[in-house]
Amino acid sequence: MTTIHAETFEVNPDYPKLRTRLVVGLEIHVELATRSKMWTSAPNVAHRDRFDAEPNSLIDPVVAGMPGTLPVINEQALEMSIRVGLALGCHINQFTKWDRKSYYYPDLPKNYQISQYDLPVCGDGALDIPVSGEGEGKLLDGAMKRIGIVRAHLEEDAGKLLHEAPAGGAGGVGGVGGDGEYVGGDFTIVDLNRAGTPLLEIVTQPDFSTPDEVVMFGQVLRQICRHLGVSEGIMQKGHMRFEPNINVVIDKDGELFKTPIVEIKNLNSFKAVHGAITHEYRRQVDEWVKTGVVMGARAKSTRGWDDVKLVTTHQRHKEDADEYRYFPDPDLVPAVISDEWIARLQAGLPELPLAKEKRYCGELGLDGKVVDALLDDPRLTAFFEEVLETGAKPQSAAAVLLNYGAKRANELGVSIAEVGASAEQVRDIIALADADKVGSSAADKLFGYCCESDEPAEKLAEQHGLLQVSDTGALEGYIDEVLANPKMAKAVEDIRGGKDKAIGALMGQVMRLSGGSANPKVVTEMIKKKILG
Amino acid sequence: MIELRDMIAAKQITATEATQAYLDRIEKYDGQIHAYREVYTDRALERAAAVDRGEVTGPLAGVPIAIKDNLCTSWGHTTCSSKMLEDFQAPYTATAVQRLEDAGAVILGKTNLDEFAMGSSTENSAFVTTRNPWDTSCVPGGSSGGSAAAAGASLCAASIGSDTGGSIRQPAALCGVVGFKPTYGRISRWGLVAFASSLDQIGPFTKTVADAALLYEIMAGRDPLDSTSADVSVEPTQTETQPDQPLRIGLAKQYLNDNNTPAVADAVERALAIYRELGAEIVEVDLPHTEYGIPTYYIVATAEASSNLARYDGVHYGHRTDAPVTDMPDLYSTSRAEGFGDEVKRRIMLGTYVLSSGYYDAYYLRALKVRRLIKQDFDNAFEKCDAILCPTTTAPAFEVGAKSDDPLAMYLNDVYTVNCNLAGIAGISIPAGITDDTPRPLPIGLQLLGNAFDEARLMRIASQLENKLQAPRLTELQPA
Repeated sequence: MTTIHAETFEVNPDYPKLRTRLVVGLEIHVELATRSKMWTSAPNVAHRDRFDAEPNSLIDPVVAGMPGTLPVINEQALEMSIRVGLALGCHINQFTKWDRKSYYYPDLPKNYQISQYDLPVCGDGALDIPVSGEGEGKLLDGAMKRIGIVRAHLEEDAGKLLHEAPAGGAGGVGGVGGDGEYVGGDFTIVDLNRAGTPLLEIVTQPDFSTPDEVVMFGQVLRQICRHLGVSEGIMQKGHMRFEPNINVVIDKDGELFKTPIVEIKNLNSFKAVHGAITHEYRRQVDEWVKTGVVMGARAKSTRGWDDVKLVTTHQRHKEDADEYRYFPDPDLVPAVISDEWIARLQAGLPELPLAKEKRYCGELGLDGKVVDALLDDPRLTAFFEEVLETGAKPQSAAAVLLNYGAKRANELGVSIAEVGASAEQVRDIIALADADKVGSSAADKLFGYCCESDEPAEKLAEQHGLLQVSDTGALEGYIDEVLANPKMAKAVEDIRGGKDKAIGALMGQVMRLSGGSANPKVVTEMIKKKILG
Repeated sequence: MIELRDMIAAKQITATEATQAYLDRIEKYDGQIHAYREVYTDRALERAAAVDRGEVTGPLAGVPIAIKDNLCTSWGHTTCSSKMLEDFQAPYTATAVQRLEDAGAVILGKTNLDEFAMGSSTENSAFVTTRNPWDTSCVPGGSSGGSAAAAGASLCAASIGSDTGGSIRQPAALCGVVGFKPTYGRISRWGLVAFASSLDQIGPFTKTVADAALLYEIMAGRDPLDSTSADVSVEPTQTETQPDQPLRIGLAKQYLNDNNTPAVADAVERALAIYRELGAEIVEVDLPHTEYGIPTYYIVATAEASSNLARYDGVHYGHRTDAPVTDMPDLYSTSRAEGFGDEVKRRIMLGTYVLSSGYYDAYYLRALKVRRLIKQDFDNAFEKCDAILCPTTTAPAFEVGAKSDDPLAMYLNDVYTVNCNLAGIAGISIPAGITDDTPRPLPIGLQLLGNAFDEARLMRIASQLENKLQAPRLTELQPA
């Protein structure tokens, strides 16, 4: 592995006389897919059982911050945070506490957020990401870059504000007419389903120097979270939200200038992350050329990303330090994380996706695209490995799952791992195909039967007449019948004339008569023998 | 209260008769005392009838109890005596109240308090000032003034309050009843509207130490809904048994000074004589950080309050202004300006200030350090003694209006009570006599402080003193 260092300037494409270097640090908010919320037993909207919950249906008095209610920590959220920390090589703080972060906003029921200030669960780690390679097999020989992790802390998410009623939905909720008459436009409605969802905020060092690196980091982190089972990682649902901090170091004739840092809020697609950073790089250099403003007190600002115009837009100037009046939350007791707990979680960490990708491409000899498909769904990955444990060959196992399995999964709208076939059945389907006992279309059908029955695959193949007939005596009757058919005369002529392709027409008929069970290889040979002698 | 409970159990009186008797007294006298915010006549009689039918049983079956109006109940309102929560109805019941009901208690109603429990006289209630049943020109103390007055005036068999810096013990002393603040974490805070979360603790007002012990035992114990509730077993208090011998009573010079009125100083002397007579050893203890208690308290408590009360903004909870506003911050600030009283605003501003960047280290952080030193003082003291004897207040009840324009004088009411909250230990105030130099006799209270989770011993020590003191009780009220 080679490590690339970021301290490299490039000749700026817009201003050839300037050499510039982009500097990006990242804050990532990951919604943890616990069953219940951070401080109460109300269900969590980031758990896949609750994705389609009606607005404001995942609420209890604690979520709503009602007077007299108290938070109680969700141990599962803490455990998930520690596991992410361990996967990122972080130091786990064995004494960690919760602090209140005060700000007034309608989506924040208590007007303070329970977060972590000076003793986060995880501190000081790193993640190596691939940076140079492109496309398949990119990990085998490509260079890696180490991205430092400053910390990862656990907090609660806020609710959502909607400035118009959802379609067909709660129009009246926003009505401010008083007499029940709907008044549009001049209102905001609050959905607290997301309020109190456990949120892990991961903060990196400013180690990125290209938009590609940031996106790659995001993708690798997303895969890690999904494979650890701590997040579903669905970007459209806001399971992962990115906030890059961006500035540019400009080298003009050997003198260095640093542009003011801009934070871009709430990006929830990799396209937006890439677009926003790319735009901001050019904008900051342009701005510096125009104004000469450099980093300094009160020059920090927050911008948003306009997905349509593809530009960042100014939101507000940040004070040097935001006034959040952090103090330890007196309603909660600090968590003490034992050595035993950490050791148990460390031992239980699965092989991480990058290592898996390397192993699949290398040791297992799988094609890059196949590997991507296998790793794209952590449940499939686990099932694939289960199939391998039964002794099945990797290529065959991958092919069965990604062809026959994917077809059923699409039909049912579930993961390939959940279509119903067992690892043993998959192994047996492969064995039957390898032994020429089932053909490919029969194997596909057999997979379908396996999804609906726990019987061994061979028994199902037998029950449904999917085993290939290779017995020449049984096949002779079908072949003779087909050859005697006047409609096949032309094909027979063609075969005599040396056009082997015409066998296909006869084969189709034999297959039809045999109910799809004839072994095509044997049939081909027999037809040739009968016609050509 | 225990006698009444036993009479109901023995069917000498029905729970319905007992409840009706208290409802009649409330009807007759509360117009001059103003102890109650809300009375649940129908619900109380229904509960009492259920006791009489044998459907509700338990160690408090049929006992009529009043609760402070900052304890949430799934019926009625929970206003904290604030305009902010005038219409608030909680969908849940405080664990402490639930445990009382599960033990068979009949909840009569909710009692008045200083707004959000901030005050020492109930004059900060947004609705009405409760009067001292011994002399209605005087305050009952606070913040649990309504509960103290209700218990003192026998408008209930017992009552429940909350104590953040003395809010049970000070009004108990001023109203001539027993008031008990258990160890922090002993009784779940679930359903208690927070003032200062690290200091708030629920406790009873009763006529006797034994009654207080019973209510405490019923309410105490771990609650999974409150992370700060202690997982320490609740030892039976057994107030009828003698404290372990030899008994060591601690006396701290910091609590004995010229600020104490002669009646209060006399009460301390009487108590010491009693303990000596009982064979106790009087041990001098030193609590050197006592004088920092009030400033420390007013930093810690206000900091937490500024955050706890942030949700009352007219958007999430609380009064919303009808005045035209320009934007969201204006809506927040106008609503809060209209909805909160002066004392609450004062404390929110103070708390916001001490948590602000640049001031945090100088005030809040330093206060936390002093708080640890105060705790350390008590730890050292309890190595030498079993309980510390001291006054509850420097003086008996004062007249309504006497201190309402002087916040600092008002704050000094808590001078002997706040350190108990800062240290998280237990404290009880018991009636210790009456004045003979005031227009009407006013009660004097004495305080006993016990180590954390050592309530059982503290109660036995207090009960022993109570038996010997035989403090005069309020005999009857003037009808309105």
